[in-house]
Amino acid sequence: AEAAELRERLRSVKHTVLVLSGKGGVGKSTFSALLAHGLAADEAKQVALLDVDICGPSIPKMMGLEGEQVHQSGSGWSPVYVEENLGVMSVGFLLSSPDDAVIWRGPKKNGLIKQFLRDVDWGEIDYLIVDTPPGTSDEHLSIVQYLSAAHIDGAVIITTPQEVSLQDVRKEINFCHKVKLPIIGVVENMSGFICPKCKNESQIFPPTTGGAEKMCQNLNVSFLGKVPLDPQIGKSCDKGQSFLSEAPESPATTSYRNIIQRIQEYCDQRHFQEEKII
Amino acid sequence: LLLFLPERSNLAGVRHILLVLSGKGGVGKSTISTELALSLRHSGKKVGILDVDLCGPSIPRMFRVQDNDVHQCDSGWVPVFADQDKSISLMSIGFLLEKPDDAVVWRGPKKNALIKQFVADVAWGDLDFLIVDTPPGTSDEHISTVEALRPYKPLGAILVTTPQAVSVGDVRRELTFCKKTGLRVLGIVENMSGFVCPHCSECTNIFSKGGGEELAKHAGVPFLGSVPLDPQLSQSLEEGRDFIQEFPKSSAFPALTHIAQQILDGALQQSS
Repeated sequence: AEAAELRERLRSVKHTVLVLSGKGGVGKSTFSALLAHGLAADEAKQVALLDVDICGPSIPKMMGLEGEQVHQSGSGWSPVYVEENLGVMSVGFLLSSPDDAVIWRGPKKNGLIKQFLRDVDWGEIDYLIVDTPPGTSDEHLSIVQYLSAAHIDGAVIITTPQEVSLQDVRKEINFCHKVKLPIIGVVENMSGFICPKCKNESQIFPPTTGGAEKMCQNLNVSFLGKVPLDPQIGKSCDKGQSFLSEAPESPATTSYRNIIQRIQEYCDQRHFQEEKII
Repeated sequence: LLLFLPERSNLAGVRHILLVLSGKGGVGKSTISTELALSLRHSGKKVGILDVDLCGPSIPRMFRVQDNDVHQCDSGWVPVFADQDKSISLMSIGFLLEKPDDAVVWRGPKKNALIKQFVADVAWGDLDFLIVDTPPGTSDEHISTVEALRPYKPLGAILVTTPQAVSVGDVRRELTFCKKTGLRVLGIVENMSGFVCPHCSECTNIFSKGGGEELAKHAGVPFLGSVPLDPQLSQSLEEGRDFIQEFPKSSAFPALTHIAQQILDGALQQSS
């Protein structure tokens, strides 16, 4: 009966993309936020961003929605809207102070994730983007389990170039295989830094074992692209602005836009393939 | 009547226990844990690192012992030694995996059970310091670790952040966790604080600057220092080499040794 309830609620979602990484701090939330902005640039599309990082919810700040609260209506919880066609939900909106900690064990976290999917009145959505915490634990198992009632197009996996990240990301790729979650591809973030003064490139997070591209070759997974470090990215996130709008000339913006396009194409292709089957 | 006697336990020979925490992922907890251990070793101390990040265990590789196995003895598990003189010993789920790419896809209860074992069943012997490296967050691993360590009265916790607001926002929550669980905060470290271009020496604040120091001031906890981004440090960690030994001229070196010194001073105070 619960599965049926979730299925009903998620029937109006056309495409779902999970943003994952085994590793923390590689840019999942940053990427999720920019993916949401990128897709919502087409005003005809309805985009939803769901943040299931219960302990460290970064999305409200990155979307400029800090301090917003969730409202209830007859049809459920209202997402918080950044634009008319871009709605957001996060545990961050349920906390009353920036110092409030969510010190919960697994089962309670799972309960909230289920509520997010069952009780939020998203309406008709073209894209549901789910931002996750690092790891392969409760949140990840639960989101895959609950969303199976709908259908997940696939996962975008974020990494940085160095082996200490890749070793966690390989585990995440294994997790995806284990739970039969298709992988849209891997993004290599923080890939090189160009000094603003002398224009020389430094590898701050050196790809000592070949970086994400080599890992993707070895594991037969699609490589979506590299994004360089740009100090403006962190600044935009802190300010709650879209980096894509704030720094349209940055090479990082070009990279992000290319990757977003590839994700869109992947989703459209699957849709087309499924329609053919029907 | 069941009496719990901490004196007879595997942690009886450990003089000081400190936790390395952050609300935020990827800020350098494992890096700081590793560099702190190396620094303390260079001051003549015996150090152990307990890695309770079960999903993303980074510690073994940072000491180039990722292919080692864990053996059992009468009192429990024998930790893996990172060096010939056995002055740094390690325990991590990384050593227990059959294949390094195996994902540990466990829910809370199973993670909690292993953490209890890690705290009780590793035969550390005599250590000056046991550093506990944690995953990001305020969930099962953290609650279980703090509960299991409570009888042994940890020295406290170091909180690691990067300078920007998005990180500081999560670390504020970790401070609340410490307050609620009665864990003393030894101080905050601001990592990845500025990057000095090796070609022209221009300093760029890639991840902003100052957020960690501000947070320490706002929360009334000690600020232990800022550690800059240093590709030599990243390279050392990638290859499991001793950064403290190899790069005493690096910009990160004074910051890291200063943090270790403050820990040593704090430990001395607690002992007396």
